[in-house]
Amino acid sequence: MTAPTTHGATTHAGGNEHSHDQDHGHEHAHGHELPFWRKYIFSVDHKMIGLQYGLTALVFLLVGFSLMMLMRWQLAYPGRPLGWVGKLLGENAMPGGVMAPEFYNQLGAMHGTIMVFMGIVPLAVGAFGNYVVPLQIGAPDMAFPRLNMASYWAFLPGGLLMIYSFFMPGGAAQSGWTNYPPLSVLTQVPGQTMWLFAMVLLITSSLLGSINFIVTIVQLRAKGLGFWRLPFFVHAQFVTSFLLLLAFPPLEAAAVLQLMDRLAGTSFFLPTGLVVSGEQLKVAGGGSPLLWQHLFWFLAHPEVYVLILPAMGIVAEVIANNTRKPLWGYRLLVYSVIFLGFMSFVVWAHHMFMTGMGTTMSTFFQTTTMIISIPSVIILTCFLMSLYGGAIRFTTPMLFATAFLPMFAIGGLTGLPLGLTASDIYLHDTFYVIGHFHYVVAPGTIFALFAGIYYWYPKATGKQMDPTLGKIHFWLSFLCMNGIFMPMFFQGMAGLSRRLYDPTIYAHGRAIQSLNVVISWSAWGLFLAQLPFIWNFFSSLARARAVENPWSATTLEWAAPSPPTHGNFPTPPVVYREPYEYSVPGQTSDFHPQFAGEA
Amino acid sequence: MDETKYGFWLPVDVSSHGAQIDNLMAVVHWFMLLLFVGWGIFFVYCLVKFRARPGHVATYNPVKAVFTKYIEAAVVVVEVFLLFGLSTPVWFKYKGRPASEKDAVVVQLVAEQFAWNFHYAGKDGKFGKSSTATMSGDNPLGLDPDDPAGKDDITTVNQFHVPVNKDVIVELSSKDVIHSFNIPVLRVKQDAIPGTRIPVWFHATQPGHFELACAQLCGLGHYRMRADVLIDTPEDYAKWEKENAPTPSEEQPPTAQQPAK
Amino acid sequence: MAEASPYAADALIPHTVEPHPVTGIPNGKLGIWLFLASEVMLFGALFSTYVVIRTTAPHWPPEGGLSSEILNVPLATVNTAVLITSSITMVLSWASLKMQNLPRFRLWLGSTIALAFVFLVIKYFEYTHKFELGHYPSHDNFYAVYFTLTGLHGVHVIGGIIVNTFLLTAGSRMWATEPERFTNRIENAGLYWHFVELVWIFLFPSLYLL
Repeated sequence: MTAPTTHGATTHAGGNEHSHDQDHGHEHAHGHELPFWRKYIFSVDHKMIGLQYGLTALVFLLVGFSLMMLMRWQLAYPGRPLGWVGKLLGENAMPGGVMAPEFYNQLGAMHGTIMVFMGIVPLAVGAFGNYVVPLQIGAPDMAFPRLNMASYWAFLPGGLLMIYSFFMPGGAAQSGWTNYPPLSVLTQVPGQTMWLFAMVLLITSSLLGSINFIVTIVQLRAKGLGFWRLPFFVHAQFVTSFLLLLAFPPLEAAAVLQLMDRLAGTSFFLPTGLVVSGEQLKVAGGGSPLLWQHLFWFLAHPEVYVLILPAMGIVAEVIANNTRKPLWGYRLLVYSVIFLGFMSFVVWAHHMFMTGMGTTMSTFFQTTTMIISIPSVIILTCFLMSLYGGAIRFTTPMLFATAFLPMFAIGGLTGLPLGLTASDIYLHDTFYVIGHFHYVVAPGTIFALFAGIYYWYPKATGKQMDPTLGKIHFWLSFLCMNGIFMPMFFQGMAGLSRRLYDPTIYAHGRAIQSLNVVISWSAWGLFLAQLPFIWNFFSSLARARAVENPWSATTLEWAAPSPPTHGNFPTPPVVYREPYEYSVPGQTSDFHPQFAGEA
Repeated sequence: MDETKYGFWLPVDVSSHGAQIDNLMAVVHWFMLLLFVGWGIFFVYCLVKFRARPGHVATYNPVKAVFTKYIEAAVVVVEVFLLFGLSTPVWFKYKGRPASEKDAVVVQLVAEQFAWNFHYAGKDGKFGKSSTATMSGDNPLGLDPDDPAGKDDITTVNQFHVPVNKDVIVELSSKDVIHSFNIPVLRVKQDAIPGTRIPVWFHATQPGHFELACAQLCGLGHYRMRADVLIDTPEDYAKWEKENAPTPSEEQPPTAQQPAK
Repeated sequence: MAEASPYAADALIPHTVEPHPVTGIPNGKLGIWLFLASEVMLFGALFSTYVVIRTTAPHWPPEGGLSSEILNVPLATVNTAVLITSSITMVLSWASLKMQNLPRFRLWLGSTIALAFVFLVIKYFEYTHKFELGHYPSHDNFYAVYFTLTGLHGVHVIGGIIVNTFLLTAGSRMWATEPERFTNRIENAGLYWHFVELVWIFLFPSLYLL
C-alpha cells in the first residue's frame, strides 16, 4: 500500500527523457539499496534473472560446443593422438592421447543434452523470455518474482550437476541425449543416474518458468494491449510456454521410471529375457523399451518447437524493425504458431518409424508430420513477404535474422524426406538427420538468438555493440556453419550412421571421410568466429551511451529506460496501436510506437 | 569390397524395392531444391531491391500476394502426392510379407553387444528351438541341443550370406539393447528390439560383398558392430550352405542354464 | 507494511489480489491451475505407463492371483476416507477465513495436516508389510507400478503437508496485513490438495481393485 511511493513510479513521472548516465541514478528512488546477494545472486527482478539465465546459458553453449570440437578431432582423424589436450583430459578419457570410444559417447550424449536443455532453451526462453516479455507487455515484472528466482536456482544446480557427471567414476551419461533403454539402464555408470537427477531439476526449472510466463502474459499486459496487439515474440513465447508446461511432465515421469529401473531394480523399460555379455540379467522383466521412446519423444518433439518458436519470435521483431514496415501476415503468423503448437503434440512417433511400427500408426504419424510442415511454410512465406516493399537496414541483428530464413528453410525442407517413412528407411539415424536438425537449431535458432543479443543489448546495457565486430562475427559464423552442416547431408546420403566413433570402419564411411575433415575444420573455425563476439560482448560495455531506442523501434520495451529500472516503467504504459506501425503514411517519423499517444 | 560403389550420394542399389525409395528420394530433393531456389531468388531480389538507401521509403500497406497462396497450395498438393503416391506404397510393401513367403529364405537374427548372430534353418527348413533363457557366452543363440530340428541349423557371427534373386526374410531380435539392422545398399533398416521379434524382408538383385552396420547407438562398441553381407549366386549359396552344415556332433551347446526368475 | 512483502517487487505487480477484469481471477489462481495441468500430464504419463505395462503382461499381477488379494484393500479404503475427509477440512479452513474466523481456520487446516499424516502412517504400514514379505519394487512390475505410483503420490502428500504447515504457521502472519491475499493462498493450496486427493481416487481402484 505504501509501496508505490517508495518506487520509481512517482519520481519518474516526468517521462523517459530522464537522464540515465549513471546506473546508480535510480537507487535513491528505491528508498534502500539491496544488498549485493539480493541484487545480483538471489535476485527476484526479471531483468537480473534474465541476464543470469543468458550468461549461464552462453557459458553452457560454449561448453557444449567444446565437447563437439573434441569429437570432431576423432571424426576427422580417427585414432590420432590429440597432443596436450589428450594429456589434459587424462588416461581414462584419452588413453595415450587417443579418444576412448566411451568418452566419445559421453561427449555425444552430453553435447546434445547441454546444447538443448542447458544452452538454447535457457537462452531462448529463460533469458529472452524473462528479459523481454515483461517489457514488451508493459509489466513491472513477472507475475511471480520469487518463483522466477526459484526457476533459475533449479536450472543452475541442474546444469552444474550435469557437467559434474563428467568427473564421476566412469564418466557422464553415454547413451545419446535420448538415453534409450535398455542401454541407458544397463550402463552401470553413476553419471547416467546423475543425468536423470539433473534432468529432473532442469525440467522443474522449465515448468516453473512456463507457469510464470503464461500467467504474466495473460494477467499483466498493459492497458490497451489486446491479444492482436502483442508483439509476435510474445505470442511465440506464449505458445512455447504451453509446450513446456504440457510436454515436460511426461519426460519427468520417464526420468522417475528410469531412476527406479536403475536404483530400485524395477523393469519398466526392461523386457523379459535380457542376456548381457552372455549372462542372464537378474531382473523381473516384463517392461517395454519402446515405452521410454514414446515418453521421451512426446516431450522431445514439442521441444523442437520450444527451440524454434522463440527464435521465430526474435526474427519477427528484428525483421519488422529493420524493414521499417509492418510484418506481412501478422495474424496468419500467430495462427500458424498456435497451430504448430497443437500439432507438435501429435507427431512424436515420426522419430520411431524404425521401431517396428505398423502401417496404420506410421501413416498417421507421417500424415501429421506433413501437416505440421504447412504452418512452417506459411511462417517462412510471411517472413519473406515481409521483406518485400521494405527499406531494409543491414544492421548486425538484421544480418543474423536474414540469414535465419534460408538456414531455417534448409532445415525445414530436409525434414520432408525424414518425415516420409519410405525415404526415412534409408535416412533414419544417418548424418542426414544430424544435418537436418542442426540447420534448424544451429544456423537457425542460434543465429536468431545472436540477432536477439545484438538487438536487445542496448536495452539491457544502454550501449550498442560494435557493428564492425558484429559483421565479422556474422560472416565468419555463416561461412563456418554451412561448412559444418552442409556436408552432413552428403554423408547421410552416402549412408553414414550417426554416433559412430570411427566411421572409417565402413567402406561407405571411407568414401566420405574427406568431408569429415572439412566439417571439423569448419567447426574449429566457428570457434574462432565467436572470439570477436565474446570480445564485443564485454568490451562494448565500455562504449559511449547509445541513444534511447537506438533502433527506432515501436514495441513497448523501448518505452522503458535502458537499462530499465526496478519496476521497469516510470509510469504504467498505455498501448494505442498494433505492434509494428512503421512507415505509416502521413507520419513525420518512420515509426509510430505502440506507447505514443495521439499528439 | 568394391569401394567405387560408394561416393557422396546414394550408394549402388542392389534390392528390388530400393529403386522406389531412390525415386522418392530424387523427387523429394528436386521438390526441395525447386522451392529453395524459388524462395532464394525472391529473397535475394528483395534484399537488393528493397535495401535502405536515400530516398527509398518502405511501403506501409501489405502487398496483396495471391501467388503465396498458390505456392502454399502447391506445397500441400505435392506433399499429398509424396505421401500417398510415393511413400506409403513402398512402406506398405516393405512392412508386409513377401508374396511367396514359403519360397523365401528365412534368417533369424539375434543382435548383441557388439555382434550379429545369424541363424539359418538348414536343410530341413526348420529352426531348432532357441530361447533367451538358455543363452550364454558359448551358446549365443540359446539353441536347444536336444531339438532334432536344430541339428542341421547353420549359425554364423557377423557373416550374412543370402542368395541373390530370392526373397529373404530376416526376423530381428536382440538380447540386450536396441540395435538397428542397416544395409545401405539394400535400402533396409529396422531396429532390433529386445523382447520383440520384428520381420523385415528384401530381395537382392545382384551378387556382391557389402556391409551391415548398426544404426542405433548400442554402447562403446557401436561403431564396430559391423557384419559382412555376402549376396551369393545360387551356386555359391548352395556351396556355402553345404560347407557350413554342421556335423551332428559339432553343435554342443553347454548345459542349459536355469531360466532367470 | 514492508515486512509483509520482503521482496518489494510484489507490491508493483497487478492482480496479485484483485482479479483480472478479463480472466476474473488473480495471478495465483491461474498459476495453480496451470501447475495442476502439468501435474495431470505427469500422472497421465504414469497411468499410461501402467496401462502399457499391464496390457502387455501375460498375467496381472505377474505372480498370479488378484490385485485385491495382494494389496490391503481395507487399509486403502480407510485411507481413501481419510483423504476425502481431509479435503473437506481443507474447504472448511478456507470457508473459515472467508468468515473472518482465524481460530476456526487454524483448527480445520490443522486437521487437514493431521489427516495427511494419518494417511502417510497407514501407507507406511502397508509398505513395511510388503517389505517384510520381501516384496520390493524389483519383485515384479506389479510392485514396481504400485510403489512408484503410490510413492510419487506420497511425495505429493508430503508436499501438501509442507505447504499447509507453512500456511498454518509463519505464512498465516499475512492474515494481519493482506487478509484477502492470504485467503486466496488457502484456496490455491486447497486446489492442490483436492488434486492430490483426486489422484488417489484414481489410484485406489486401478491399483487395488481392478
